Amino acid sequence: MTQLPTTTTRKLGLVIDLDTCVGCHACVISCKGWNTENYGAPLADEDAYGANPVGSFLNRVHSFEVTPADDAPPSLVHFPKSCLHCDNAPCVTVCPTGASYKRVEDGIVLVNESACIGCGLCAWACPYGARELDPREKVMKKCTLCVDRIYNENLPEEDRVPACVRTCPAGARHFGDLGDSESAVSQLVAQRGGFDLMPEMGTQPVNKYLPPRPKDQLQETDILAPFLAPVTDTSQGFLGWLDRALSALPGAKE
Amino acid sequence: MHPAPSIIVFTTLSGLGFGLMAFLGLGLPGSTGWVALAFYVIAYALACGGLVASAFHLGHPERALRAFSQWRSSWLSREAWLAVLTLLVVGIFAAGRVFWGQLWQPLGWLGAALALATVYSTSMIYASLAAIPRWHGPLTPLHFLSLSLAGGALLAGQVGAALPLLALAAGVQLVVWMQGDGALARSGTTMASATGLQGGAVRAFEPPHTGTNYLLREMVHIVGRKHAARLRVLTLILGFGLPMVLLVLPFNHWLGLLAVLTHVLGIFASRWLFFAQAEHVVGLYYGKR
Amino acid sequence: MNQPKIDTSPKVSDEVRKTTCYMCACRCGINVHMKAGKIAYIEGNRDHPVNKGVLCAKGSAGIMQVNAPSRLRAPLKRVGPRGAGQFEEISWDEALQIATSWLAPLRETAPEKLAFFTGRDQSQSFTGWWAQQFGTPNFAAHGGFCSVNMAAAGIYTMGGAFWEFGQPDWDHSKLFVIFGVAEDHDSNPIKMGIGKLKARGARVVGVNPIRTGYNAVADDWYGITPGTDGLLILSLVHLLLKAGRVDLDYLARWTNAPVLVNCTAGHADYGMLLRDSEGREMVIDRTTGQPAPFTQKGLRPDLAASHQQDGITYRPVFHLMAERYLDDSYAPEAVAEKTGISASRIRALAAEIARVAFDEAITLDQPWTDFRGETHAKMVGRPVSFHAMRGISAHSNGFQTARALHMLQILLGTVETPGGFRFKPPYPKPATAHPKPHCGVTPGAPLDGPHLGYVQGPEDLCLRPDGSPARIDKAYTWENPMSAHGLMHMVISNAHAGDPYKIDTLFMYMANMSWNSSMNSGGVMQMLTDTDENGDYVIPRIIYSDAYSSEMVAYADLILPDTTYLERHDCISLLDRPICEADAAADAIRWPVVTPDRDVRGFQSVLLDLGHRLGLPGMVAPDGSPAYRDYADYIVNHQRKPGIGPLAGWRTGGDGRGAPNPDQLQNYIDNGGFWLAHVPAEASYFKPWNADYQNWAVGMGFYDSPQPYLFQLYVEPLRKFQRAAEGHGPHQPPDHLRQRIAETLDPLPIWYPPFSDAQVDTDAFPIHALTQRPMAMYHSWGSQNAWLRQIHGMNPLYLPTNLWQSHGFGAGDWARVTSPHGEITVPVAHMGALNPNTIWTWNAIGKRRGAWALDEKAPEATQGFLLNHLIHELLPPKGDGLRWANSDPVTGQAAWFDLRVQIEKTTPPAHSLPAHPTQGAPVPQGPRDVAWKVGQ
Ligand SMILES: Nc1nc2c(c(=O)[nH]1)N[C@H]1C(S)=C(S)[C@@H](COP(=O)(O)OP(=O)(O)OC[C@H]3O[C@@H](n4cnc5c(=O)[nH]c(N)nc54)[C@H](O)[C@@H]3O)O[C@H]1N2
Ligand SMILES: Nc1nc2c(c(=O)[nH]1)N[C@H]1C(S)=C(S)[C@@H](COP(=O)(O)OP(=O)(O)OC[C@H]3O[C@@H](n4cnc5c(=O)[nH]c(N)nc54)[C@H](O)[C@@H]3O)O[C@H]1N2
Ligand code: SF4
Ligand code: SF4
Ligand code: SF4
Ligand code: SF4
Ligand code: SF4
Ligand SMILES: [Mo]
Repeated sequence: MTQLPTTTTRKLGLVIDLDTCVGCHACVISCKGWNTENYGAPLADEDAYGANPVGSFLNRVHSFEVTPADDAPPSLVHFPKSCLHCDNAPCVTVCPTGASYKRVEDGIVLVNESACIGCGLCAWACPYGARELDPREKVMKKCTLCVDRIYNENLPEEDRVPACVRTCPAGARHFGDLGDSESAVSQLVAQRGGFDLMPEMGTQPVNKYLPPRPKDQLQETDILAPFLAPVTDTSQGFLGWLDRALSALPGAKE
Repeated sequence: MHPAPSIIVFTTLSGLGFGLMAFLGLGLPGSTGWVALAFYVIAYALACGGLVASAFHLGHPERALRAFSQWRSSWLSREAWLAVLTLLVVGIFAAGRVFWGQLWQPLGWLGAALALATVYSTSMIYASLAAIPRWHGPLTPLHFLSLSLAGGALLAGQVGAALPLLALAAGVQLVVWMQGDGALARSGTTMASATGLQGGAVRAFEPPHTGTNYLLREMVHIVGRKHAARLRVLTLILGFGLPMVLLVLPFNHWLGLLAVLTHVLGIFASRWLFFAQAEHVVGLYYGKR
Repeated sequence: MNQPKIDTSPKVSDEVRKTTCYMCACRCGINVHMKAGKIAYIEGNRDHPVNKGVLCAKGSAGIMQVNAPSRLRAPLKRVGPRGAGQFEEISWDEALQIATSWLAPLRETAPEKLAFFTGRDQSQSFTGWWAQQFGTPNFAAHGGFCSVNMAAAGIYTMGGAFWEFGQPDWDHSKLFVIFGVAEDHDSNPIKMGIGKLKARGARVVGVNPIRTGYNAVADDWYGITPGTDGLLILSLVHLLLKAGRVDLDYLARWTNAPVLVNCTAGHADYGMLLRDSEGREMVIDRTTGQPAPFTQKGLRPDLAASHQQDGITYRPVFHLMAERYLDDSYAPEAVAEKTGISASRIRALAAEIARVAFDEAITLDQPWTDFRGETHAKMVGRPVSFHAMRGISAHSNGFQTARALHMLQILLGTVETPGGFRFKPPYPKPATAHPKPHCGVTPGAPLDGPHLGYVQGPEDLCLRPDGSPARIDKAYTWENPMSAHGLMHMVISNAHAGDPYKIDTLFMYMANMSWNSSMNSGGVMQMLTDTDENGDYVIPRIIYSDAYSSEMVAYADLILPDTTYLERHDCISLLDRPICEADAAADAIRWPVVTPDRDVRGFQSVLLDLGHRLGLPGMVAPDGSPAYRDYADYIVNHQRKPGIGPLAGWRTGGDGRGAPNPDQLQNYIDNGGFWLAHVPAEASYFKPWNADYQNWAVGMGFYDSPQPYLFQLYVEPLRKFQRAAEGHGPHQPPDHLRQRIAETLDPLPIWYPPFSDAQVDTDAFPIHALTQRPMAMYHSWGSQNAWLRQIHGMNPLYLPTNLWQSHGFGAGDWARVTSPHGEITVPVAHMGALNPNTIWTWNAIGKRRGAWALDEKAPEATQGFLLNHLIHELLPPKGDGLRWANSDPVTGQAAWFDLRVQIEKTTPPAHSLPAHPTQGAPVPQGPRDVAWKVGQ
């Protein structure tokens, strides 16, 4: 199974909107909560109340600063990152045990924890840092795309989305079939210029990122100037204008 | 990458062990009986010791047998198979040499080929990882093989072969470093490609967590790199320079042993650098290399 | 290929219990998934009006809060010296007996000797009632140091402010400008709202010295210099007025812009509004040219006409505004340097506001009727909305700055119109519809009325006959006449100084006053442990209720350990700080989804028990037994007025008003923990003037009769204080305050530099230092949460590029930061997207060693730090013999963000400084590793 399927029926994945993500870490914690209670071993925290706490998380939110070359102000981008469920997933092919695999039906990349020897090679192979070895169970942990939610018949239909998507307060995370060009997520990617992380790695990620919209464009005073044309220069200044303006109001009887 | 002692020991020792087996398989030296036994014990001790050490790196060593299953795609699986095959084939060959004084040369050649193939597949575990540009490419197998052969020649007491092989390995080592230092830059992977952010210089601002995590511990090893220059000199002197000087001195078993020991120390240093200096691209997300 | 078969439909839980989150004051609805009787997983409740299913990091991490090792386990009696954290566990009976023996004599002799102050609790209407029954004037919650400037400015100006009072019209707004917000109380709704705007491609503008979070996603960032927003806003007002880009119709109809002001200098009522005999504000009717009360049917209020009467000249408020704000001192060029925003960017913002407000106006086909009886066929909206919070309010000019922002919104006609700012029921509610503060003490009897309220003039101040403050926190005095939320941050220092008088028992609930909640934390620790010449504590007794082993616990003599939020009943009441939406009234409950495994009790139930033991009216039944079994019983059966109780839903006889219903809590539980009543469509906008809304609100019990009112661009009560300062009237301020009152209590919004700038040598302390709320942490509680503390385990001090470079800082460096008051040594980090005169850090990450069941070497203690050590509740002496409060002169709001510092590079110490000694704690350190799966 460490061989990758040549094609998958669907390509389920996430679309993350960097223009909207406020960096609240809600997705990080709901992911931790759901996946502690569900698929595989609980996500452990070592030295939880100590000097050097280290837990396994399947989703982390970075932040980056972008400094334009001109003197426009730098901008800040909050950047959530979890497994991208790559089509050409190197983490799968390096796995010596077959514990790592990509599902044929939906493209989800999963770890079969009972087969995992905890060699760490898949984490080395993943360029994105999407895999973390659990500090206690010593098996590889990664985003499951909430495979135990999205088909779960014990959940109401509308809740059959990943925990992180359901919880994201800003609506910056979208879930769907990126193999279907008609799907809402594919449309969003097309409209907003969604992109791949590290395309040069050839991993062909399924997850896409939507770029931040251009910032600090509100500089064009000349375009906007007419909206501020002064009325005070007219006869009798402001009060003169006021009187005229009031008379012009609908319902004003002179 | 984190220079885990288990992996450093594994790659160093098993490289030497399989290198020695390669020479033994070629019938070099052509010893039999007790002398041969001594050579094979050393070769097996090194190869198996290395393999055992590598098991310490596993989270679940009790499931290690599963690692044989994915030979179609995984270099680690292939290495496991090749190592076992080598040990078997060379074992039979060795039995002939030690117990019956026989020379089943084709088996020896096969054993030698398998030993080198093992080393090659070990190296390919690393060389296949695009996420670690310093390792990713043909120099890594060349590096592993050249070290293995030089070490093997040294252990096999093949002074004639050892000198040029050591020189070659030293040369490869230098090229590996020179190439390696620019590998991340050349790979085209940058913070900009990692994040896809455009419109200016990208800088990591806040990490996702203030402490450390598995990724930082495993893939981002900044502390060790401070000593890199000194360790490189040490590698060159201990791993190649001194052994070569000792070899050209009039032959003496103690000097030979000293040459082997300094070589091994040097290779430990080389391996340590191999890991500690390797930058995983995930470091870019943390603004670290 | 044979993939493993996995169960994609595992059972999620045995049961879902729906209650209300408590990890912050946003109060989202949560689904608590239970397995084997234990909490397994928490997610947002999709039906809930606040969060509609989403949940923030803190909310999702609630499970780690309920299981935190720092939870207190039993009542505690102090056995070592104060501050050492040495306790003996005692029974509840003993604890309550001790408390009763301390408090009963006070009530009989001098109730004011009990000071009862609560933190960000969500039961103020109950705790306030308790304090009122006890009879002490000394009650308030934390609002005075939090954001009373925002609240008071909003109430006095327009009958409500942001957050729980109202929200932007997220569905219609096309331009959203957010001032000084990192997170706010409305955490999830703001994020959801910004998400909606973003999805529509609407423009978001962030005004903030720091570009993180909301400001990071903002399309445009205005990296303003702290404390200067008032100038920026007034400059926008200047430009809009000058361009005539204001909504004259709106101003004339719904605001006091046309109301006539006495403009005859020297007259006794100079500056007061013209009123008729019934006290109604008078305007000139443009149709008749004659004065008329603003309520008159068919009125066309005139914004332009002046009026003469009895030799007095009256001019409309709008004249005064034009006069003031058209002045060139508000021109963008004149404010650019101070605000750090270029004139062209100020113009661009004003122009964009004008464009969207007037050229992209929206119209809803929804007829409505106003209070004058006029029917309007449509609802016209100006789709520009604003939001602001502590970045504006936590400055000593915050009240006026918040006023300025409200004035800007009102000038644009964006308040209560589609696309603008909308009130959430029970708001709008003008200042005049709120109670006034009460401080009348009678030993052995209740206070003469509710503690907190809105003064209408000097006559309403809380002063004793000798003119000295009646309250320990000096709220409602000439120093801060409109301190509508009290001044919790002054209680400990005043009690320590015995100024205005000494108290006996300090009773606190849910406020970490010896640490992150105080300015000058080191000083406060000292005051709490200080002894007099007899060796007695200067503050004789301290009772404290906390749920966790916080820094404050060590300073109490008696600890009443609370339950965690999933273990108790609570109510989120319309009488208090409600959770309504603009389109609906709503309230909610918490109920015990698990039972405590420790000897702890819900604090409100404990207060009722204590109230019964003390014989407080309302808490004792006629037969002498407790009037309420516990808080749950109170929630259901207490009535403030006949038919009005803590919960509005499922009352007998209907919603809003009605007799108590014994099944009410179960009705709430069955409905997911909350109740909701939609505002009728014809009542959904123009609420202060909308007859249908007013009638609906009366039906709901928000007011007893319709309360239409005008927005107060000109706030007459402020003018009354100014008049007093000018020497008029029977109530006179002390002389040293006259000038300040005259200058700062201006009835029209003004800007003045933050006080610290005037009293601190800004050359020596050139840098502004701020804190921000991290979205994934709640003050100090988050650090005991094994998940959250991994995200924010320490807090670097962020420096802008210019300071980073000029001081030669590099990664891993530390700095010594000095203010006129103190010094800290802390790790630094670089941030480009930052105002060049500003440094900042995350709030309340730094922990004292020994607290929160954390290891002594926890990064929170070794690298984390508080800016609080640099901030003092008093300004540095300025040589006049007085120590002026570091507060807003109108409301007394603590000016956290006026802080000025200098910085220098230093060698990293072993530990961030100051390093207070390790504190003892009543709980052991938490377990090493955490990994569990409930039900396995
Ligand atoms: N430098 C700086 N300092 C600031 C601010 C700032 O911006 N900068 N902001 C100020 C503001 S606005 C505020 S509101 C304060 C907040 O400061 P605090 O109100 O002190 O906030 P917390 O630290 O959360 O402390 C509240 C206490 O409540 C306890 N607690 C938690 N849950 C429960 C419960 O269920 N029951 C009981 N009984 N106790 C409980 C916690 O353990 C904690 O000890 O900080 C102020 N301090
Ligand atoms: N996650 C989380 N949520 C919380 C809390 C929490 O601790 N954690 N605390 C709750 C409490 S008690 C409160 S009071 C609210 C407070 O919520 P906020 O009002 O968001 O409070 P702060 O985080 O103090 O953020 C103040 C913001 O104002 C900016 N600022 C400072 N000075 C100025 C200025 O002069 N001008 C402008 N324009 N901006 C300025 C700062 O950069 C910062 O972004 O949050 C509540 N919500
Ligand atoms: S929950 Fe949404 S907004 Fe918050 S960090 Fe995750 S993606 Fe960003
Ligand atoms: S993101 Fe990493 S772990 Fe996920 S599929 Fe791609 S390579 Fe594998
Ligand atoms: S850690 Fe587990 S999943 Fe990863 S490569 Fe090794 S065996 Fe496969
Ligand atoms: S899809 Fe599920 S597992 Fe993956 S990041 Fe989101 S919550 Fe975590
Ligand atoms: S915003 Fe977060 S912490 Fe606050 S109530 Fe909602 S879910 Fe709880
Ligand atoms: Mo607050």
